[in-house]
Formats: sequence, C-alpha cells, structure tokens
Amino acid sequence: MTHGTSATARTERSASASKTYAAFLIIGLVLLIVAPAFFYPIFIMKLLCFALFACAFNLLLGYTGLLSFGHATFFGGAAYFTAHVVKEWGFSPELGILVGVVGAALLGLVMGYVAIRRQGIYFAMITLALSQMFFFFCLQAKFTHGEDGIQSVPRGHLFGFIDLNSSTNMYYFVLAVFLIGMVIIWRFINSPFGMILKSIRENEQRAISLGYSVARYKLGAFVMSAALAGLAGGTKALVFQFATLTDVAWQMSGEVILMTLLGGIGTLIGPIFGAGLVVTLQNYLATSQFPVTIVTGIVFMVCVLVFRRGLIGEFYASRLGRKLGFEHRR
Amino acid sequence: MAVSATAMNEEPRVVLSARGLSKSFGAFRAVNRVDLDIHHARVHALIGPNGAGKTTVFNLLTKFLQPTEGTITLLGTDITKTPADKVARMGLVRSFQISAVFPHLSVLDNVRIALQRPNGLSTQFWLPTSALNRLNARADELIEAVGLKRERDALAADLSYGRKRVLEIATTLALDPQVLLLDEPMAGMGQEDIGTVSSIIRDVAKTRAVLMVEHNLSVVANICHQVTVLQRGEILAEGDYATVSQDERVRLAYMGAEEA
Repeated sequence: MTHGTSATARTERSASASKTYAAFLIIGLVLLIVAPAFFYPIFIMKLLCFALFACAFNLLLGYTGLLSFGHATFFGGAAYFTAHVVKEWGFSPELGILVGVVGAALLGLVMGYVAIRRQGIYFAMITLALSQMFFFFCLQAKFTHGEDGIQSVPRGHLFGFIDLNSSTNMYYFVLAVFLIGMVIIWRFINSPFGMILKSIRENEQRAISLGYSVARYKLGAFVMSAALAGLAGGTKALVFQFATLTDVAWQMSGEVILMTLLGGIGTLIGPIFGAGLVVTLQNYLATSQFPVTIVTGIVFMVCVLVFRRGLIGEFYASRLGRKLGFEHRR
Repeated sequence: MAVSATAMNEEPRVVLSARGLSKSFGAFRAVNRVDLDIHHARVHALIGPNGAGKTTVFNLLTKFLQPTEGTITLLGTDITKTPADKVARMGLVRSFQISAVFPHLSVLDNVRIALQRPNGLSTQFWLPTSALNRLNARADELIEAVGLKRERDALAADLSYGRKRVLEIATTLALDPQVLLLDEPMAGMGQEDIGTVSSIIRDVAKTRAVLMVEHNLSVVANICHQVTVLQRGEILAEGDYATVSQDERVRLAYMGAEEA
C-alpha cells in the first residue's frame, strides 16, 4: 500500500514537473527570441555557444559520470576545422559546421578509445595529456597559423541565400543551432541508450553482469559529447570569424568544468546558467582593472561551499523547486 | 531426495565445468584446484563455512575475477580468457551477494534494462524511452512471477532487502540464461519470499542449470540435486544432500556446528 501511494505521488509530481517545465520552456524561448533587442547580439551568441558547450560536457559528467579534462580539444578543434574549410575551401556555413562536428567526433573517438577504460583521476589525466598533445599540434600545424590563428573567416550565406553578415540573421542561426543541440541532448538522455547509461552510473557491476559492454556505452556517450562540443565550437568560429589557440588550451577545458559545476551537474539546463554566469562575469570584468580569474575563482569557491548542487540543482532541491514539482536526484 | 534419484538416472549433460580452478591473492590461496561440473536441469548447491571461497569461485566462473590457474568451459567453449560481459551474453548470468539493483529506477525499469539488450533496444539514442514500452508485457510477466506486482512502479531503493533480492532474480531471469549462478539468493528473506523463490528456482531448473551458494540447509535439502562442500578453498565433499550430510568431515567442519 505504501509503495502504491509513493508511486502515484511520484507520477503526480513528475506530471506537475512537466507542466512547470513547459511553462519555463516557453518563457525561456520568448526571452531568447526577443533578447537581441536588449543586449549586444555578439554577447548572447557567445553565451549560447558556451552554454551548448557546457551542456555537451554535462552529458558526459552528469549523465555518464566521466570527468574529462580535455574537452577544449573538441570545442577548439572544431573551431579550427570549420574556420579552415569555410575560409580556404569556400564551404558554406552549414557545411563548415558539419565538418567541425564530424572532426570533433573523430577526435572524440580517438581520445575516448584511449581513455575510457581508466577510472576517475586517471581518466581525467589521460584526457588532459591528449588534449595538451592536440594543443601543441595546433601550435605547430601549418593550417592553424600558429599564434595568429585563422583570422577573418567569412560568415557566408546560409543555404546560399540567408546573409549571415547581418547580425540579426546570425543570431537566429546561432539560436537555432543551440536549440537543435539541446533537443539532441534531451533525446539522447531520454532514449533506450540513455537508460543503459543511467544503469551503468547506478550500478556498473550489475550492468556488466547483464551483458552490457560498459566501455562501449561510455565511448558512445563520449563521442556524442565531443560532437556536440564541436557543434558549439564550429558555430563560435563563425560568430567571431576567427579560431585561435585560446579555444584549444587547457584553460578552456577547466572553464567548461566550472560552468557545469556552477549551473548544476546532471540537470539539463543547469550548465546554461553556469555558462551564462561565467561569460557575463568575463564580459563585465574584461574592461575593468579587476582580474577576472580571481572573481571566477571566488565565485567557484562560494559555489562549492554554499551551493554544492549548483545554481539549478539547489533550486530544484529547494522548497520552491519541490513545490513546483522538480525532483533532484542524487 | 527422491528428485535427485530420478534425475540421476539419465545423467544430464554438463553445461559449465571448471578444472583445477585456483586463485591467489598475493600469498593467500583463496581457491585451490577446484573441479566443478554443473549439469543442465539440475540445481547445484555450493556450501561451506564463511571464508571458504564460495563467492570467489562465483567471481571466477563469471569472469569478474581472472583465475590464477585452471580452465573454465561454458557450453563447450573455453571461457578462461573471455571478459565478463561476453560471458553474460553467452548465457551465464549471476546474481550478487549484496543485492544488485539499480536503486533510483523503478522496479519496471530495472527489469526492462535487463530485457533491452536481448531485444535489441539498447543502442538507439534517437528513439524516445516510450519505445521501451513494447518490453512491458514480458517485464510484467516476470514481475508477476516473482510476486512484485504491487511494487511495479516503486523505486528499487524503496524496497525491503528481501524484495530487492526477489527483483534481482527477476532481472536475472529476464536474460533467459542457460546457466544461473545465484549468490545466497535467500539471505535476509522472509519465510514467504523463501517459499516463492524456492519454487521459482525449482521451476527455472527444469530447463536450465542453476548453481547457488546457500546457507539455509533446509532450502538446500529441498531443492538441490547436487551439493559441493568447500572448505579453505578446496572441495571437501561432493554428492547429493543425503550423502554429503552423512560425511564425517563435513559434519565436523560445517554441519556439526549447525546441528550442535
């Protein structure tokens, strides 16, 4: 009897959660659509790129339990690939981004294949080492132009007729890319494959004894995460019209971890807010005398001490969040 | 015991066998040259005092541990070097001593996860989770068979210890394995669940082989055709329950303590 009631309560709560989700989703979408009227478009585009990057990273950390310290490789690598094919080979923007995504996925396959059998800190260290190798490759390779990076990448015409040099057009293109990326992540988590990932995170030994080759499922999630990070990186290259070493450096791998932790690990939208916070701070402090890294460092420490679940994670766990029907797991 | 007499006559085929199975942890020899034959359509019990190496034997047979020496053959194939997940796919599925369920998933989802792979529904990342609904009929059958119908939508974490064990048996059966290895399936269970699980195991063993570690000797006497007694990593005695329980060394080492 008690089980019965707790189960119905759970279904009711999740039903009310999906209503709240729908409401928040619509508000969020409206805000994003009207945003360029109030903010500098480039700033929101940057924010959206980093938000997608953080959500892709969270797919791995939050839903698979793997902490990668080499995600800059996929973000920055894709930026280089997209910038190169668009500028040097005259690819259209949509094709250029696709090249970035495929390139990032291939890099993910290689890095994941080497690292996936290691656990915890060893996994993090191997991904860091491999991404440092990729950094030095980018420093030395001809097509990346070393310290200069690939400059003045043309944005071109989307599908041949939408001029992306107009910042309004570019903004809605980036918004569309961001939403497509989010839908892919959402579907990925809530799919038969996602169920197996969940079971591996819950009890890896049992998953093995049920005949699942755990390493392959983790590799699948790693490649998907890399590809989506590539989607964000390739898009960013078109927004700023350049690709540089900053995006493949280890600091970028650290930054995305920070964004994800600030927003809330294992929540679908948490990393968006984490990315928003970090990018906004960087933006406002860039012009002041105050060093950015100190502020983000302090914010990070406060977060770890006070909001251990991250901004959105804490909101879900709060009284208001629970009243609205959210349930924070773990 | 009447059961074992009739079953013995036809000499059923061996589905899982170990020869000279040994495992050392540093200088400690946990399992020493164990020979074991598990037969189709038989329930085989592995008993022995604590620390006799029963769970280690399980871990070796299912390849969760790599044996130091010896060979293991499953359905005619040498699996001495095969990884654990592949062994499971070949039809040798185990349960764990500490209950192994997916705690933050519902009972239904636990069973469905076991069903996903054999039904080819484990890699689709583009389909909605509702695609798994076509596994519901089979999952409900299994849930009903083990008597968890009322708890179908409860989280596995909210179940009592005994009910978790029952759920684990349901997920193990979901794979329809040729050989089942059950590590203390009745530990911590109420009398009612013991009855249910005993009859499930007896039923299952009509068409499969079962090897189980069990401390409850009345269960062993009731449902097991063959008993192997392990002590300090070595086989002390083997035979049907009546023979083994008469063995002087066994009485001294294990049952003596129980009956005293």
